[in-house]
Amino acid sequence: MSKDPEKIQSIIATDCGSTTTKAILIERTGDEYRLVVRGEAPTTVEAPFEDVTRGVLNAVAEVEDLTSRTFLKDERILSPKAGSDGVDLYISTSSAGGGLQMMVAGVVKEMTAESAQRAALGAGAIVMDVIASNDKRQPHERIQRVRALRPDMILLSGGIDGGTTTHVAELAELVAAADPRPRLGIGYELPVIFAGNVDAREIVKDRLEEKTSLEITENLRPVLERENLQPARLKIQDQFLEHVMKQAPGYGKLLDWTPVPVMPTPAAVGSIMQLIAKEEGIDVVGVDIGGATTDVFSVFGDVFNRTVSANLGMSYSISNVLAEATVPNILRWVPFDVDEADLRNRVKNKMIRPTTIPQTLEDLMIEQAMSREALRLAFDQHKLLAVGLKGVQQERTISDTFEQTESGATLVDMMALDILVGSGGVLSHAPRRVQAAFMIIDGFRPEGITQLAVDSIFMMPQLGVLAQVHPKAAMEVFHKDCLIRLGTCVAPRGSAKDGTHCVDVKIERADGSKEEKSVNFGDMAVIPVPVGEKAKATISPTRRFDVGLGNGKEVHTEINGGVVGVIIDCRGRPLVLPEDREERVRKLTEWNKALDVYPEI
Amino acid sequence: MAHAYTPGLKVSSQTIFRKERRLPLKGDVLVGVGDSVKAEDVIARTELPGNVQTMNVANKLSILPEDIERHMAVKVGGWAERDEIIAETRTFFGLFKSQCKMPVGGTIESVSGITGQVIIREKAIPVEVNAFVDGKVVEVFENEGVLVETAASFVQGIFGVGGEVSGPLKVVASSSDEVLKPDKITADMAGQILLGGSLITIDVFNRAREMGVKGIVAGGIGDADLRSLLGYDLGVAITGSEDIGLTLVVTEGFGQMTMADKTFDLLKSKDGAKTSMSGATQIRAGVIRPEIVIPLDGATAGMSEDLTESSSGLAIGTPVRVIREPYFGAIGKVTALPPELQMLKSEAKVRVLEVEFDDGSRSVIPRANVELIED
Repeated sequence: MSKDPEKIQSIIATDCGSTTTKAILIERTGDEYRLVVRGEAPTTVEAPFEDVTRGVLNAVAEVEDLTSRTFLKDERILSPKAGSDGVDLYISTSSAGGGLQMMVAGVVKEMTAESAQRAALGAGAIVMDVIASNDKRQPHERIQRVRALRPDMILLSGGIDGGTTTHVAELAELVAAADPRPRLGIGYELPVIFAGNVDAREIVKDRLEEKTSLEITENLRPVLERENLQPARLKIQDQFLEHVMKQAPGYGKLLDWTPVPVMPTPAAVGSIMQLIAKEEGIDVVGVDIGGATTDVFSVFGDVFNRTVSANLGMSYSISNVLAEATVPNILRWVPFDVDEADLRNRVKNKMIRPTTIPQTLEDLMIEQAMSREALRLAFDQHKLLAVGLKGVQQERTISDTFEQTESGATLVDMMALDILVGSGGVLSHAPRRVQAAFMIIDGFRPEGITQLAVDSIFMMPQLGVLAQVHPKAAMEVFHKDCLIRLGTCVAPRGSAKDGTHCVDVKIERADGSKEEKSVNFGDMAVIPVPVGEKAKATISPTRRFDVGLGNGKEVHTEINGGVVGVIIDCRGRPLVLPEDREERVRKLTEWNKALDVYPEI
Repeated sequence: MAHAYTPGLKVSSQTIFRKERRLPLKGDVLVGVGDSVKAEDVIARTELPGNVQTMNVANKLSILPEDIERHMAVKVGGWAERDEIIAETRTFFGLFKSQCKMPVGGTIESVSGITGQVIIREKAIPVEVNAFVDGKVVEVFENEGVLVETAASFVQGIFGVGGEVSGPLKVVASSSDEVLKPDKITADMAGQILLGGSLITIDVFNRAREMGVKGIVAGGIGDADLRSLLGYDLGVAITGSEDIGLTLVVTEGFGQMTMADKTFDLLKSKDGAKTSMSGATQIRAGVIRPEIVIPLDGATAGMSEDLTESSSGLAIGTPVRVIREPYFGAIGKVTALPPELQMLKSEAKVRVLEVEFDDGSRSVIPRANVELIED
């Protein structure tokens, strides 16, 4: 970008999500940059358009309508400005490519192929098929399968180090013969990751380097009794971000429109999360829950981790949330009776018509119940992968393999966490901000004292890319228009019988007013503290509960206000909901009422 | 303010339909440009070398490996059926015989005088691709396949399972909202593609499979039934290779869904016509929708590719269909497009439109929850 940032008066930034394309107009008024208006339209990756720029034009046309000004000319964004029309800068992020659907291949179905499958699942991919030398299929059947499924990526494993190379060569030949036509069009090379026998690397290179975008990483099963899945998982995540996610039909055209590279959405949001951590010197966990993927970010100390669960989302991937979470886990968040068949049909209909939105309150509650499980699953996956600096291996022994557990302690410490930040349609567009706060709490289960914030209108991705070229504009808009402080969650760790005294919270606001609440186990309460205010707080847990300093230890601190206030969550950590259906509905209704989450039905 | 809208699925009474047909491996293309093909015609073929089996003939006959050659009844390159004698020894002036029989039908590929092993190559496995649809070959991809073109009525489904089938279309449902009962499926429907109404249940599906039906088109299917059918919970909408006995295409969605009149009437008018159908669905960027193709008689000359393609955005009077609760499936015309955001019952503030339904009632619906119906 050659333009002097000082001369930039107006910016249009778009984020092409898998489901919705969002456009924001930022303008300089006086000495500061502010958000003017936002438009959105369905992402157009389907026929008859099959061109992501159509959705961009539609979203910008909404901006035109809302401002009664002109930003489009000859089917493209008018930039640089021509008179009063157009903008000085157009930038974009993209995650229009959607989720990650992979195929994995290994020599023995029950050994390396299974390890490869675990690596892919742990990296947040959907595994479409597992190819193994002993899967009893003919080579042409395997090739046909690769072609029909059009995977986004292939993880090729096989052979322990020093073991077979012939079978690995055969698998590589098979992938080469399939010459897969990726779903995202011409000029796109299929990413293939080889994580197999070190001795077969050259053989695989010979066969696949020309035809695919080949990456080689450590063997995921170097010896029979040990798995080493982490390098393959991290490589899958990298490749997905770089090669799959931002791609979509018409992506090439989009690249032409903007003077700065189109950023993958998680990279943009990740940079914003890092910025929050750096500016305030705090530990951050953030999430961007989209239609096809749910991206989780964490900064603990100096370590930044980002995971993309490309199998969890609120539209394209919503049915997978149901499949992974299971129906009872979804229904446990719904405060009324829903027939399982009805829930299943609703979820599937959202999957096949991803751009629709809930019209009724019931529909909204079900969607928010789904989001809680999507957040929980994505965060579980993040904890699994956020185990240290990239490249530090986590190895599993054969007994772990059978137990299906992971070794290696996660870096994520919920008690030490300072702030939880949410972004994405279901959080940003929740009709009441307290709904976003509640979804974040239920999905992430913070412990102790944790601030909560949400992206006001789902524009962190655009600000993330803007920060690369115009940090001043990005930060001004971020603080003034984007980040909504919801308040602070006080969640004592521990468990007791319902009705047992759990915690006393005393708040002294800046104006000198005081409020005190004594909350029992199994209850929730809220104390209003306005946005931008820091209140003095004395938090006294009873002897079985810990809010950061140990069981029964009182905490004196300053607590941040927000649009919701201070939420006191005495449901216990770990959070366990009542098993009995009637009791659960009663409790959910009680909590919703205590926090004024939904209007009366 | 008419930019944010969802285009409807394609339902065309006549269009030009093209389909690429390719072999998974290089092979022979059996047709040329200009050839007329039928759906079931094989247009390209290749052969995979058959499986290899080994047999130690020397051990079986208790002879020395170097003697094996002269005892072979079938020589290298020769073919023998299963149980046919391929090697034999006689002792005591022919009184005692030892024989070695073929374990499978195959060709003798090699005979080793060092190990006594005989390698048998089973019959080559043919790999074929058919034309999928009656039409004309308009392009040949050398050693790979062809592009077939036909003038056809064309219906895109919203979701499907199962692979490609073709057969005569049989109208079974008398109306677009009928829920088919199993007893409506009879033995004479074997090999046909059935037009159902608003719902296909697992009972009807099973009955159709028993009767040898090739495919069913219906408005909807319950997800619980789909799960029983597949044996697993479908995570993402990527289908087409399920081995469930027949192909199913739904045009509206999950649950009982009255088939759109336009779709139902078009298919109903094609009763008995030869139909090709594929359940393959991929709902993600680079979407694939299931398709129902009914070739038209007569020449394709002068026909444009998309005669009914006219997505021009939302306007007053535009016919739309609601695609989410609480009015799912209802059809009406746009009567107002207010520019300002409006609050829904969920308290969300969104852009909306007002629709007048066929019964004269009016409702306010989020714009995101309607799709256009092409006239």
